[in-house]
Amino acid sequence: MTAAIFYALVGIALFCTGLFGLIINSHLLRKILAINIMGSGVFLVLVALAKRTENMPADPVPHAMVITGIVVAISATALALTLMLKVVKETGHATFPDDEEK
Amino acid sequence: MVTQTAYLDIPWGIILILLPLVGAMFCFLFPRKVKVLGLITNIGITMSVFGLGWQLLEQGIYRHSVGGWGAPLGIELYADGLSMLMLTTTALVGFAISIYSTSYFNQTLAVRFWPIWLCLLAALNALFLSADIFNLYVTLELLGLSAVALTALTGSKEALTGAMRYLLATLLASLAYLFGVVLLYHSFGSVDLTVLAETIKASPAVWAAMGLMGTGLLLKTALFPLHFWLPPAHGSAPAPVSALLSALVVKASFYILIRLWFTLFEPLMDGDGVETLLGLLGSAAILWGSVQALRQSRLKLLIAYSTVAQIGYLFLIFPLATSVGSVAWNGVAYLIISHALAKSAMFLSAGNLLHYGGHDRIADLDRVVQRLPLTAAAFGLAGVSIMGLPPSGGFIGKWLLLEAALANSRWDLVAVIILGGLLAAAYVFKVIGHTFTQAPVTHEAKSVSASMEWAALLLAVGAILLGFLYVPILSILEISEIAITSGGGL
Amino acid sequence: MNRKKFIVILLTPLLLTLAAGLGYTVLSLPEQPQYVQNMVTDKMSESGVNNPVTAVLLNFRGYDTLLEMVVLLLALLAVWSLDMSEPKRKTAPTPLLDTLTRLLTPVLILVTAYLLWVGADAPGGAFQAGSVLAACGVLLLLAGWRIPNKLTALPLRIILIAGPSMFIIISIITLFLEGQLLTFPPAQAGLYIIILETVATLSIGATLAALFLGVNHNDKGKENK
Repeated sequence: MTAAIFYALVGIALFCTGLFGLIINSHLLRKILAINIMGSGVFLVLVALAKRTENMPADPVPHAMVITGIVVAISATALALTLMLKVVKETGHATFPDDEEK
Repeated sequence: MVTQTAYLDIPWGIILILLPLVGAMFCFLFPRKVKVLGLITNIGITMSVFGLGWQLLEQGIYRHSVGGWGAPLGIELYADGLSMLMLTTTALVGFAISIYSTSYFNQTLAVRFWPIWLCLLAALNALFLSADIFNLYVTLELLGLSAVALTALTGSKEALTGAMRYLLATLLASLAYLFGVVLLYHSFGSVDLTVLAETIKASPAVWAAMGLMGTGLLLKTALFPLHFWLPPAHGSAPAPVSALLSALVVKASFYILIRLWFTLFEPLMDGDGVETLLGLLGSAAILWGSVQALRQSRLKLLIAYSTVAQIGYLFLIFPLATSVGSVAWNGVAYLIISHALAKSAMFLSAGNLLHYGGHDRIADLDRVVQRLPLTAAAFGLAGVSIMGLPPSGGFIGKWLLLEAALANSRWDLVAVIILGGLLAAAYVFKVIGHTFTQAPVTHEAKSVSASMEWAALLLAVGAILLGFLYVPILSILEISEIAITSGGGL
Repeated sequence: MNRKKFIVILLTPLLLTLAAGLGYTVLSLPEQPQYVQNMVTDKMSESGVNNPVTAVLLNFRGYDTLLEMVVLLLALLAVWSLDMSEPKRKTAPTPLLDTLTRLLTPVLILVTAYLLWVGADAPGGAFQAGSVLAACGVLLLLAGWRIPNKLTALPLRIILIAGPSMFIIISIITLFLEGQLLTFPPAQAGLYIIILETVATLSIGATLAALFLGVNHNDKGKENK
């Protein structure tokens, strides 16, 4: 197993862990963190596989795609966090109404 | 003539993408002039769409290699009949919504609405013109983030939680889609649709990509059972935003889904599994959505559940359409555009009613027919199209689907389509019935501006007019490079 | 509590299967296709830069970068539309933060300029430089610095939209000159790219710092700092 494949598998693990966290947690901040972890997982898979064959140079296109993806993810996270702060301010809780915890 | 060919040479497609962005920048710089700038931009978009349409009719499929590099190194823009219809719908519905919005929002909200709305229009145009699956990811994100921002505009509790749910759902969906793109790129070395269509071969990565991208796009299109985010978001957004969400935003991800399906995945499929599953979910959506719509006591939630149901009809393309250009393909394309017109008319009418009476409880709609006749007419005409009664665009769409279902002996789908129409009639009449009667408690009425009423009415009339435009629309749809095997039929 | 346990019991095997399936998919991927990579290497001399990632990002797939800059700006528009108010500061910044900020700000600005310049030949470029500039901005905001009031309206907005606007302006120019969107003739490509990157760095830095702050100071009638 080469380093590239190893990192790609780690990326897959991150994606699935994030998905689990997104569904299970009811606190909005944890959901947002879970989405970020999933995003990191996908980017890791994208960039790790860019150099998976021995003796070939790294493929620059996935690197550029990941930069684009990171910027998009930052924008989305910023919006999500601000929206969450607004929800907390208006409703007093950081959860969805039907999800409220014990 | 020189001027005529010069007109044809203008890159209308690129203008469609750049103009709303320029408009958004100007709106951001000059907040006091947002309404004027927004309307000018919309006029420009509508003109460009007609320019592109003419270009398409004269010169066939439109292709543009951004940067001059050509796929797979660069990004390709591509427009055929289907893209053209989606772009035209976006431009016309967008224009009506813009006119409505100039009267609907006060200055504070307008300053926030217009730059984001113009970015959303740019995202839609860029999406319908793109032929690169990674580029589609970026446009999907732009679309999703602007849609969420617009949903949260009023700042009410329901709007904020609805927007938050929508945001999380759309981000999850985008990541699933992106993962699929990653797998396809690393399998075949390109993200261009045309190149992928030539080189794609069945492999575990392709099946995984299909599953991931499909799930992501199904979540964005709110197909049952992944529709949970739609009613709260569409029901609590301001009226013009609900209109653009139901009419345009959910159709964008559906467009990508059918493009990917017919270009990449369908040729690889052996059995019927995916088509059957999607047909089943679509039927469930039609029935579930319609029943839920009947149970609502608030008008905007009723209309939102109606969207869930109507989206189900769109997914009948999977079991019924064997290829691009078949009867069911035309039917679903027709349904997309008539639903866009009719549903936006409904939401705008609901907005008028809300503005007028201060509430949107169906049981308390007080003699609306007398006091807001234009709005009642708009809702009624839109309802005709949603029910699928002749003459209307909705009727033609459903008729074509019925024809395809009968041709394939799919009696189950025939039953679902007919039942869906009956249920739609039930919930439309539920609303219309209340508009004739006096409410138990009379309400203080505020006036509704003429532009708001006319915007709603014109959209509804458009939905009806579509019933008469079958031949021209079909001829535009036929501009496609995938050979039409079985032909349109009628 | 029971419902949650039930969901966990249902979800865990599903996600493990998903992970296993995706893992198998990745293991079964063919060798790196050389297709696009070779094209990048071939055309790099025409792209105006020596760094392949910068070439892809700003030349071959520049359209994606244009849209992504709009996404960043849109996030700011969205955050500003949510109309947050600034929480009152409870304590003054500690002397450590204060001194460190004063020391680091010029350093970070220099690093930004370096990363921007070196992006043409080595890893670096607009986004990397812009992030460092944003970090500098965040540090300043944490230390209590705010943009002087008279600059919060039009001047700030111009800097924020400068990145995407420059992209759009150059798109329109190339559309007129070359007939194709974002087509840089090889001789001037380097110049176009450095202009785009510089303006983009400023924009990205300002936008990210503004996103961190979250508050739109420009609304009339809002509290002053």
